[in-house]
Amino acid sequence: MDLPRLETILSRYEGESADLIPVLQDIQDAYSYLPKEELHVVSERLQVPLTQIYSVATFFKMFSLIPKGKHQIKVCTGTTCHLKGSHRVAESLSHRLGVEVGYTTKDMQFSLDTVGCLGSCAQAPVMMVDDKYFGRTTVDKVPKILKLYK
Amino acid sequence: MPRFESIDHLREYRRQLMAKRDANQPQVLVCAGPGCLPMGSEEVAAAFREELEKNGLAAKVVLKECGCHGLCAGAVRVLIRPQEITYQHVTSEDVPEIVEKTLKEGQVVDRLVYEDLHTQEKAAYKKDIPFFKGQMPIVLRKLDIIDPTSLDDYLALGGYRGLRKALMEMKPDDIIDAIDHSGLRGRGGGGFPTGRKWRICQEVEDEPKFIICNGDEGDPGAFMDRAVMEGDPHAVLEGMIIGAFAIGASKGYIYVRHEYPLAVSRLQLAIEQARESGFLGKNILRSGFDFDIKISRGAGAFVCGEETALIHSMEGNIGEPSPRPPYPAQSGLFGKPTVINNVETWANVPEIINLGADWFANIGTEKSKGTKVFSLVGAVNQTGLVEVPMGTTLRQIVYDLGGGLRQDREFKAVQTGGPSGGCIPAQFLDLPVDYDSLQSVGSIMGSGGMIVMDTSSCMVDVARYFINFLYQESCGKCTPCREGLKQILFILDEIIHGRGQEEHLGLMEELCNAMSAASICGLGKSAVNPIRSTIKYFREEYLAHIRDKKCHALVCRPLLKYTVDPETCTGCLACVRECPVGAISGKKKMAQEIDQELCVKCGLCYEACQFEAVKIE
Amino acid sequence: MVWKISDETAYDTLGDEVRLTINGVTIRAPQDQSLLVTARQNGFEIPTLCYHRDLPSEGQCRLCVVEIGEHPRTQIVNSCTYPTQAGLVVQTHSETVVQSRRIVLELLLARTPKAKLIQELAAAHGVYESRFKTDDPEELCILCGLCVRTCREVVGVSAISMKGRTPDKQVATPFMEKSSACIGCGSCAFVCPTNVIPYTEKDGIRTIWGRDFELQACNVCGNYIAPKYQLEHWAKITGDPVETFCVCRDCR
Ligand SMILES: Cc1cc2nc3c(=O)[nH]c(=O)nc-3n(C[C@H](O)[C@H](O)[C@H](O)COP(=O)(O)O)c2cc1C
Ligand code: SF4
Ligand code: SF4
Ligand code: SF4
Ligand code: FES
Ligand code: FES
Ligand code: FES
Repeated sequence: MDLPRLETILSRYEGESADLIPVLQDIQDAYSYLPKEELHVVSERLQVPLTQIYSVATFFKMFSLIPKGKHQIKVCTGTTCHLKGSHRVAESLSHRLGVEVGYTTKDMQFSLDTVGCLGSCAQAPVMMVDDKYFGRTTVDKVPKILKLYK
Repeated sequence: MPRFESIDHLREYRRQLMAKRDANQPQVLVCAGPGCLPMGSEEVAAAFREELEKNGLAAKVVLKECGCHGLCAGAVRVLIRPQEITYQHVTSEDVPEIVEKTLKEGQVVDRLVYEDLHTQEKAAYKKDIPFFKGQMPIVLRKLDIIDPTSLDDYLALGGYRGLRKALMEMKPDDIIDAIDHSGLRGRGGGGFPTGRKWRICQEVEDEPKFIICNGDEGDPGAFMDRAVMEGDPHAVLEGMIIGAFAIGASKGYIYVRHEYPLAVSRLQLAIEQARESGFLGKNILRSGFDFDIKISRGAGAFVCGEETALIHSMEGNIGEPSPRPPYPAQSGLFGKPTVINNVETWANVPEIINLGADWFANIGTEKSKGTKVFSLVGAVNQTGLVEVPMGTTLRQIVYDLGGGLRQDREFKAVQTGGPSGGCIPAQFLDLPVDYDSLQSVGSIMGSGGMIVMDTSSCMVDVARYFINFLYQESCGKCTPCREGLKQILFILDEIIHGRGQEEHLGLMEELCNAMSAASICGLGKSAVNPIRSTIKYFREEYLAHIRDKKCHALVCRPLLKYTVDPETCTGCLACVRECPVGAISGKKKMAQEIDQELCVKCGLCYEACQFEAVKIE
Repeated sequence: MVWKISDETAYDTLGDEVRLTINGVTIRAPQDQSLLVTARQNGFEIPTLCYHRDLPSEGQCRLCVVEIGEHPRTQIVNSCTYPTQAGLVVQTHSETVVQSRRIVLELLLARTPKAKLIQELAAAHGVYESRFKTDDPEELCILCGLCVRTCREVVGVSAISMKGRTPDKQVATPFMEKSSACIGCGSCAFVCPTNVIPYTEKDGIRTIWGRDFELQACNVCGNYIAPKYQLEHWAKITGDPVETFCVCRDCR
């Protein structure tokens, strides 16, 4: 376990049980998942039962108990994007990356997920890679976008 | 930025600020709002920076990256002031020409201006474009002209004047009276009278009290809260500080969904600026009032927009709602009285205090006052954010502002209120939009998403889409919502697969009645709206799927058949490369054929074909 | 203000008596006591699945719903958390209430077709078979949360919780592994209305949640009392030596 890394995260908070979700978010951002051993430490430090951590980690979509890829691809399946055929973008990505939606490529480069509205509905269909938004993504744009990250 | 020691100090600072500013100084305002950002705002802004530098104009021309300019369909938009010339579809390649022609020579670049789709008439100035003419911006007023990272910009436009007035001239009760009088109702969904909520909380004898700004904005199709948080963050803060002073709260939180990283950083910066200048923290503007704000990020759960679920997740728990009472205003965060309002609600507060309750109460309809921001998206020509007085009709919004439907297709429905809203058919286009009228036709205001659908949308598919969304987002706590959504989804799947029966419609209605009566929270209670409204207004479409096994809109995959037209097919093999199951075969440069047994009806071939040789029936 | 819904166990801490009507009958009851308890104390039957008098109510099952208010401004609320208030007009068996309960039971019957309690309760409400689809005919858990609340609130260890959301929600130990917090007391299994939680006792070993617990025999009569681990846990929280707990109730 990388204790110093975890300590840096924990040191940003006051150690109250209400800090649980922000702490888990920081761990998720730093490690790309929630490692089990780290969660045990969090449980002790914040005085939060492990059961509560486990239910939080399995309730919210941003958390993952298994490692995610280097790049997070999120395809919007919000209403507008759905009506504009975003499922085809998701399928094309899935086909090209060789992973199902919700999974990570074997080389750990990409995780593919769908999300509800990204708030750029005027440019539907929209996808996001890490923190960058791409608008009007049609199936033929998919390989070009992927190339930027390969 | 100084720390304001008194109200007079603030007033003096603003006077100096205004004296320094030249209203005629040329300004280039690049839209970096939610609609333009994915289309390359950053590149356009960078190109301007470089080009201005190159032309020695960097000191003379002000360049800003702003919030949403409203008409997102024209992304990336650029506004040139003081003339108020608005350019659309700007790319970095267009920048040298704009600098040369507009900034140096004062001329308009014709090819970048708005053009009326029907009359082909061009309009370069904001005031001449119908989309902007029909609006009444209050919440969106500053979005296209201020730099959201600059407190000076906010102050120059009268920012924190409402707070100044609240602290100097008003007592907490006066503020609540004013909000009550103004008729402001919550913009996050339910439309609960804001003043009444504040009063309930103020009267509870318990300390400390909390204020929460709900920026979870989970409704797909809605992005006004994102635009406001990113484009005018201080307005949200100012509203919250005024509210806190009124109810006696010492701490505030802004709950932002984690898919909005820019909103988080803009708010964070604004909070730091406000602390530095004495608008937040101890002894605000030397009034003796202490208040501070912290940001909480959501973790990906739609149901956390519901107030009790939101509070539970802020306490470190899963986002399961709990039955009310107690209401948060009585017992909310950490069991303490808590006022929770939506982003747009908070952003309205400073102006109401500043301009007076009567001014606000004069706008809108009898029971819904003020304006509402809608995100107008879907099959309309001019997608974007519009702010209109309550009571504006759907037709005005869709046709006058939205410019009608794309490719002049036929209007089918407008969906309001997000997944918990309903689909409103053409017969209600002249409905004046407010909280009560939308409810009367089986929909809700929700947060203001307005998704226009044309005849290419299948209403059974739309209903299934929303039910599937809600099914996945149901917290699973209570029986009717958790199990009911699953069963409705199952029934809709049967219908979409051509296995539906007419009794299914009645069964779904029975489920809806139980869900709306007995679910704990609004998610389960209003999940019935998409079903009820589509069954009521689009029954024939259900029957076409059930009786004739046909989806006339060509959307429901299992009822479709993909074929290649041998006449048009060039044999380019684009479809073959895209097909995930290898169902397409044929020689290169020859017509291809789809094996119907293998085809999974994903439609990738249809989209890949550049020659429209793939046909759907 | 601290908001607390009280029930029978805390009767003496209740507020003033108030007057309200249930099914047209005027009754008096302590303010803020849950409507469910008020109704039951006065002989009005309301079915429940997730209510337990020793546990805080969370309102999962929705069987206890009642209609409050007067036509046309009525509202459906769950009586297990709704406070008794002066002047309330309550109907425990209105048309909407009865219909909602039937659908809820029909939905549960589709979820857990083999759960005896659900079969019986559904039949008592005139539901003999479900028109809805069953995914897993072996499913027994109705997600009432009684086990989780018991372990957290009564046992005080919180060894199990809900995992996930939607109908896939399930009761689980952290990471679905043997839980080090579990003391093997079996309370969760006892409280479960549909007997889902697997629990065996054989040759002095109790097995629950995948963990084996050695049982302590009574120092006097030799009958098994409870898992040694549980007694050690008691000793730890009470500060008494563990031996005090090694004599069964009958022999004490
Ligand atoms: C399932 C569900 C989701 C909701 N999502 C939001 C949301 O994203 N933003 C919001 O402001 N209110 C949302 N609400 C409404 C809130 O519960 C609450 O009523 C609102 O934030 C109060 O603020 P207002 O009075 O200013 O509208 C949601 C409600 C439900 C039932
Ligand atoms: S209605 Fe749905 S989302 Fe709301 S508490 Fe019940 S299960 Fe959860
Ligand atoms: S047996 Fe374990 S899980 Fe069950 S109540 Fe006892 S401690 Fe909790
Ligand atoms: S295991 Fe039993 S007690 Fe626990 S939630 Fe399921 S049905 Fe309820
Ligand atoms: S629906 Fe995709 S960005 Fe809003
Ligand atoms: S985001 Fe640029 S116009 Fe809306
Ligand atoms: S007993 Fe009240 S909801 Fe279950």
